[in-house]
Formats: sequence, structure tokens, C-alpha cells
Amino acid sequence: MVDATISAPASRQMARPQSSLRKTMQRKSTIAFLMALPLILMIVILVLYPAIFSIHLAMLNKSMERFVGWNNFTFLFGRQTFWMVVQQSCVFAITAVLFKAIIGFIVAHFVHNIPSKGQRKWRGMLLVPWVIPPAMSCLAWLWLFDPSYSAFNWVLALFGVGPIPWTGDANWARFSVILVNIWIGAPFFMIMYLAALKSVPDQLYEAAKIDGASWWQVIWFITLPMMRNIIAITALFSLIVTFANFDIVRVLTAGGPIDMTHVFATWSFRVGIEGGDLPLGATVSLFMVPILSVAAIFILRDITKRGSEV
Amino acid sequence: MAEVTLSKIVKKYDEVEAVRGIDLDISDHEFVVLVGPSGCGKSTTLRMIAGLEDITGGEILIGGDIVNDVPPKDRDIAMVFQNYALYPHMTVAENMSFGLRLKRFPKAEIKKRVDEAARILDITELLERKPKALSGGQRQRVAMGRAIVRNPKVFLFDEPLSNLDAKLRVQMRTEIKKVHQKVRTTTVYVTHDQVEAMTLADRVVVMNHGLIEQVGPPNELYHSPRTRFVAGFIGSPAMNFIPARIEQNGSGLAIKLNDKLAFPVPEARKTRYEKYAGKNDMLLGLRPEHITEAHGHMEPGKIPFDANLEVTEPMGMETLVYFPLNGTQICGRVNPKAGAQDGAPMQLAADLNNMHLIDAASGRVL
Amino acid sequence: MANVSAIATDLPVARPKYGSMNRDRIWALRWSYFFLVLFAIFFLLPPIYMLITSLKTSAEISAATNPWWVFNPTLDNYKELLTSNSYLTYFRNSAIVSVVVVSITMLISVPAAFALARMKFWGSATLATGVFLTYLIPETLLFIPLFKMFAIFNEWTGIALINRWWVLLILYPTLTVPFCTWIMIGYFASIPKELDEAALIDGATWMQTLTKIFIPVALPGLIAATIFAFTVSWAQFLYPLAFTTSADQLVLPVGIITSLIKGDVFNWGQIMTGALLGAAPPLIIYAFLMDYYIAGLTAGATKG
Repeated sequence: MVDATISAPASRQMARPQSSLRKTMQRKSTIAFLMALPLILMIVILVLYPAIFSIHLAMLNKSMERFVGWNNFTFLFGRQTFWMVVQQSCVFAITAVLFKAIIGFIVAHFVHNIPSKGQRKWRGMLLVPWVIPPAMSCLAWLWLFDPSYSAFNWVLALFGVGPIPWTGDANWARFSVILVNIWIGAPFFMIMYLAALKSVPDQLYEAAKIDGASWWQVIWFITLPMMRNIIAITALFSLIVTFANFDIVRVLTAGGPIDMTHVFATWSFRVGIEGGDLPLGATVSLFMVPILSVAAIFILRDITKRGSEV
Repeated sequence: MAEVTLSKIVKKYDEVEAVRGIDLDISDHEFVVLVGPSGCGKSTTLRMIAGLEDITGGEILIGGDIVNDVPPKDRDIAMVFQNYALYPHMTVAENMSFGLRLKRFPKAEIKKRVDEAARILDITELLERKPKALSGGQRQRVAMGRAIVRNPKVFLFDEPLSNLDAKLRVQMRTEIKKVHQKVRTTTVYVTHDQVEAMTLADRVVVMNHGLIEQVGPPNELYHSPRTRFVAGFIGSPAMNFIPARIEQNGSGLAIKLNDKLAFPVPEARKTRYEKYAGKNDMLLGLRPEHITEAHGHMEPGKIPFDANLEVTEPMGMETLVYFPLNGTQICGRVNPKAGAQDGAPMQLAADLNNMHLIDAASGRVL
Repeated sequence: MANVSAIATDLPVARPKYGSMNRDRIWALRWSYFFLVLFAIFFLLPPIYMLITSLKTSAEISAATNPWWVFNPTLDNYKELLTSNSYLTYFRNSAIVSVVVVSITMLISVPAAFALARMKFWGSATLATGVFLTYLIPETLLFIPLFKMFAIFNEWTGIALINRWWVLLILYPTLTVPFCTWIMIGYFASIPKELDEAALIDGATWMQTLTKIFIPVALPGLIAATIFAFTVSWAQFLYPLAFTTSADQLVLPVGIITSLIKGDVFNWGQIMTGALLGAAPPLIIYAFLMDYYIAGLTAGATKG
């Protein structure tokens, strides 16, 4: 009797809960999907599609009427400027990231060293270059580098050092764009490293001191290994941003003198938008993809690794 | 107010069965505690009652209605979480009234209910504070207050005391019991702490590996456990299990522990155990309080034996003594004045009137 | 007894050690401050020089006097710029674009982040990764195909997108939304699961859970994301340079560079003033909300 009363609704339920359970689950995913839909549309239409379209574009002729296959690519391989841009982009990105990382680490260390109530103030001051829009701060640098009124050269003249052609000479111009890039980017590294330094538990330092480690042994055996993750990911992020950088070179040298400081982004702008050859411009910018994707893969690996650790 | 019925409840996560078909009837006003080790399925069961987990099979009835497909908010239940889950940006009063405000209760009614719950829980002066400004015990009360104001059919507690320190836990335990006596709402309470289960429950449900091992009032579980798991899980320090063998001994029965030691089975248990005579792989279950110091003059069923104490732990009102027997460590409880000493021999007595005989293979108490 | 004597004999040996450690620490502190001052000079020099130049007359700028000092301070540059129609137009365009982009960004990324962090659906994990990858795609890779796409769109529909300031409202979200979604996923994911379960039991719908619980609780993250979206929109240079050309359609960074630099004639006093005023909004926000700004900056790499 008891069995009968229980099994009767149970059998009636057996079919129903499955379907209506699935229905509620489905409703939840539908709402979720709708909430994410604008994001999906935006990514597909304004990021994914243009990215693919750019490959198609790179295979058209200048007037975009004819499909020319790999012609744009082979054309670029034959041009000396292109190889200069490749070289300059790599040198620019690698040197800048390296020095940003080193300076960022040093500054972070000094900020971490001082009493904590002063840290906020220093941190605040040192991050200012990152906050100013790069196009604006580059104007200040451009003025500091001015051929006739350079305020740097005025100071150097006091020491009898001759005027430096900051943006006039190819090698000095290369140095200048890297310097400004370091100036803008180092504070970001500083902030990231500072956050990482703060996450190292004090007990580790105390234990190392009790074990008799000197200050550089502490840095080498405790600080750096503990920060390895953040150092790597910050450098990779920065590598992407620096490699694809446009603002600094554009404002400071516009690629000059005679295309010696162009990087991929500025050259593709010059060729594509200003030169009116969109396919060739697209081709140039596509050459950024390999390095960018290598960096992106490493970042992604790190992120997913950390995700699974949690 | 309502009864809760679980029938043949199953929960599968992919291929893993967390709950493997449990039946349970909880009557109106009853306080039922689900207890078991972590991973036994007790929390999953509670969350299925709450509607936070889908039910893979079987059905749940609250107040006579099947609620398998009813979303949590329409089940008329309230839940207290382990980490309290108070909304950090709302005051205590707002936290407690959130559910009512969502259901668009009139303001006056909300205020009446919040004040009433605050009075019951003695948190009236905290109503305007944020959770951040509360102590652990106060947060616990607010979480209960949030459940009370809803005046639900069922209260669900998911390990509500495990984030509190030991002293506060004991205090809040009493508090929860008092509140239940006042509001009399049907309550399902999940914990891994058997002391909590024993002290709070009208009935305790011991779960293990997704199945119910035994259901019963606390004392029944303690004195007549049905399985080795329940016998070992309920009670602290845990029951001793000593490998043994039942043998016919003249007209009586004896529990033979080893060549030197055998305990006669008390007359009262004789018929119950007779059929197992000659069987190996038995376990003698004896709680520590049934292994005491030997007196010169002892009532029947208490059998003296010699033991070499390894460790003694004075607890004040008693001293726990540990000694090896048949390859296991045995715990006994002796009078602190009985002179137990580390590493010294001592004569102890086993009270076989309270023995349990367990079939080691099936784990059943015979 | 043995312990006591051991401590007694150790103490005299230990004391000079402590003394030297203290002295080391003081020196380390002095060096730290010394280098911090050096780095601060390096980092703050350009903005300070902007300020110095902005207070000079054109005569003083072209004089051979000490460029690091203002001999005849004047506010003429500020007066001139703030009454010049074109500069005010740039400023207004920038302000409108940034505010609208911030709103669009929040409307897109907050619900999406909530859905991705809490309401798993088919493909949601892939989408979360995709969002992050999108954040890594620089605008320098997309501006040419987008330019062509908009030109084709113009041919098809007759709606001109290029050389209209509001085209930036379509373009900027591609830079802000992925990052904001990503850090909001991180912030939402750090909210205990029990909180939405409690809300569910209290009778809240998903939308109510988002607006009444998640947004208030994750407010610091929301502020950080807003600041990020604003600063990115305000500072963006490539898109407006490529997509807008007429003077009345320009935003600040491009406006200053194209209109104040006329051929080889650089009016440095006005350029520096314009740049400084253009840098002011992000700097002011930064000054007041520094902690949120920094939290957002570090969240991109450390959350998720």
C-alpha cells in the first residue's frame, strides 16, 4: 500500500522531471546567453571578422579590384624598408621591454623598502607617466627633444656636451623612441612588481634572514622565484603592447628620419591610410601576428595554469 | 510548517554518485540532523532539498507537494550557510528583509517580522549595522534571523557552526536549540560534528558514501548502533573494536581475544550470539567508558584483565588510558584517582553488559 | 638552568649584530630614497616641463634663456585655448565620446561578465578565453580592415561612418569591453557562491541577483573598470587619427597634433597647454581614485 502510493507519483514523475528540469536549465542558459550576446556580437563583428578580413585584404591589389595572392607579401620581402621595419620593431620591443622590466623591478624594490606609510605617495607619483595619454606626453618629449630649443641640450651644454640630434639622427632617434617607451611603460611594471612583492609572505624573508642569506641572496632565492609568474606575464603583456605600439613613434618621429624608426604599426599607417594602399598596409600589419600570437599563447598558458591551480 | 519526505533520492555528478538513493521522512516541527564524514552526501542532500542542486532521481516532497521542479524561491524554505552568506553591502535589517522586500511585502509587515526575529535572537541593537561590523556569533544570529523572518516551511542549516571557535560553537548550539523550541519550524541541519548532531537533533541521520547508515534519536544511535560505521562515528573517543572470536565454553559462550584472554558473554546476550559460535572475524565493540579500573568487588558482566598502559591522558574528571590489545590500540576511561601511569601495568575491567558484537566482513552489529 | 646560561652568553655576541643590521637598514633606506628621488625626477620631468612651457610667452620660449625657469609667467596660453572654438570642440568631442563609450562598455561587459562568471552555458568557458584573447589583439592590427569595412558599409547603405566623430563610439568599445569584461569576471568570481544561492532562496531572479547583490558587492571592480574604459577612450590616438579628419570631428589627442602643429610652425606654448589640459581629466581621476586605478591595473594579470 505504502509502496503503491509512492511509486504512483514516481512513475508519473519519471518522464516529467527530466524534461522540465532540462527546460529550467535551458532557460538559465538562454538568459545567460542573451546577457553575453552583445559581447559576442561585438567580438565577432568588430574583432574577429576584421581580423580575418585583413588576411583577405592583404591579398588584393592596391585598388582592391584584383586578387593577387601572395604578391603583396613577396613585394614587401623585396623592399629594404620592410626589413628595416622588422629589425627596428624587434629591437624597439625587446630593448624597451627589457629596460622597462629592469627599471620597474628596481623602482618597485625601492618603494617596497621604504616605510609603508610613505609608499602610497611615491607609488602615486611614479605612476604618473602611465596615466597621461601617450599622445600628450609624447608632445612634451618632442618639445624636450626639439632640434633648436631642446631643454636637455641646454643642460648638456652647461657641461660642454654638444647638442644631441635627439630625433634628427637615425640612431639617436631610435634611442629616443625607446627611451620614451621606457618612460611610459616602466611605471606599469613597477606597479605589478610592487603588488607581487607585497604578496611574498614576510615569514619567508624572516626565515631566509635566520638562515643567514645576504640581501642579494634573498632577492635571488626568495623574491625572484616568488615573483616569476608576475614577471613573466607582465613582460609578455608589455611585449604585445610595445610591439604593436603606434602613438610614440608616430608623434615623436613619424617614422623619420627617412623611415629609419618606423615600426610595423606606424609603417602600415603610412602605407595604408596615408599612402592609400590599404592592402599593402594590411599586409604590413599582419606581420605582427606571429610574435603577438606567441606571446598570447604563453600568457594564456599561464592564465589557464593558474586557473586550474586554484 | 510542513513535513519533508525524501524518497529514493539519487544525485549523480557525471558518473560519480554522490547520493545513492535515500529515503527519509521528516515530520512537522522535527529537528533532523544529517551527519557524516565529508563527502558522504549530506550537503548534497540538503542542497537538493533547497533546490540548489538538480535531483537526478527520486523525489522530494515538502508539505506534501513534489518540489523536484520547483525553483528554490517557490519552495518556501530558508537556508543558513556555513559562511553565513550575508549581503555585505546591506545592514542587518536589510539583510533580514531582502527576501520579503523582493516579494513586495508591506513595509509595516516587514518591520514587524524583522523586529520579532531580532527580539528572538537578541540582535535588536545590531539592526542598523553592516555585517563587517559584526562578530562571528552575531553574523550567525543574523543569518538565522534572515531565515526566521521568512517564516518558511523548512529551515535548512548547512554546517552553520563550523566557522566559529570552539567556545562560541557550544554557545550557539544552545542558541539554535532555543530558537527551534520557540519557532518550531521543521529543520534539517547538516554537520560533520557528531557532538552537534547528538545535542541538537530530535533524530540523527548518519550518512556514509551517499547512503543512510542509520536513523534514530541520539541515544538510540549511541547505545544500539546498527553498523560498525555508526558505532565508530558516534561517540568520542570512538568505540574500541577488538578482533575476536566467539567460542562455546562449556554451557556458556566466550569471546576469545587471544590465547591468554577470553571474556565470558553475559547471560542476557547468550541466545543472541549463540549462532555465531565458532566463527572467526568478529569484532568486539566496547566504548571507552566500559573499560574502567577493576574493583575488588564487581557486578556480573564486568571482567577484570591486565593491561600495560602506554599513554595516559588526564582529563580532570576522568583519565583516558591507552594500551595495546590484539594489535590495536584500545582506549579506556578510568577514575583519576585509580593511579594510572604511563608505561605501568594496570588491572582494568571490561563491562560486557554493554558490549557490541560486529561481523567484520559485513560491518553489521549483531 | 642550561637555557638561561646559553642566553646570557649569546647576548653580547648578538648585540653588535643587531646594531649592524640596524645601520644596514638605515643605509638601505637612504639609498632607497636617493634613487626614488632620481626616478621621480625622470618620471615627472616631462609633465613638469609641460607646465613650465605652458606658462611662458612665445617670446620667452624662443629666447635663449634657461628653459627650465619661467621668467615672465603668463596665463595667455590658457586663455587663448579655452576661448578657441576648435580646442573646445575637441574637448567636447573627447568628453562625449569617452562618457558614451564608458556607458556602452559597462552595459555590454557587466551582464556578460556575470553570465560568464556565474551562469555557465554552452561555450561559456571558450567565450571567457576568447574575451581574454580579444583583449590581447592590438588596435594596430584592426584599423585597416575596419577602415575598409566601413568604406564598404558606406557604399552599401549610404551611411557614412568615416570622418564622423561618433564612429569612435563603435570603435572604442573593442578596446575597452574585453578588458572590462575580463576583470569583472575576476571580481564576480571572487564573490562567494553562497551569496547568490542565498539570493536565489530569498527569491531573487538572475537579473535581481546581478543588480541588487553583485553590482553593489563588486563596486570597487566596477569603478576600476570604469576608470580603465575612460582613460583608454580619452587617450586613444590611432583610431581617431585614421577615421576622422575634419577639424570639427576631431578628439583631443588628434586635434592638438593636427591643428596646433601647422607645417613646421610649432606654437609650443599652446601645444604644451593643450596637452596639459588634455592630460588633466585622467590625471584628476587618477588623483582621486588612485587605489581603484591601481587595483584595476593589477587585476588584469592577477585575476581570473
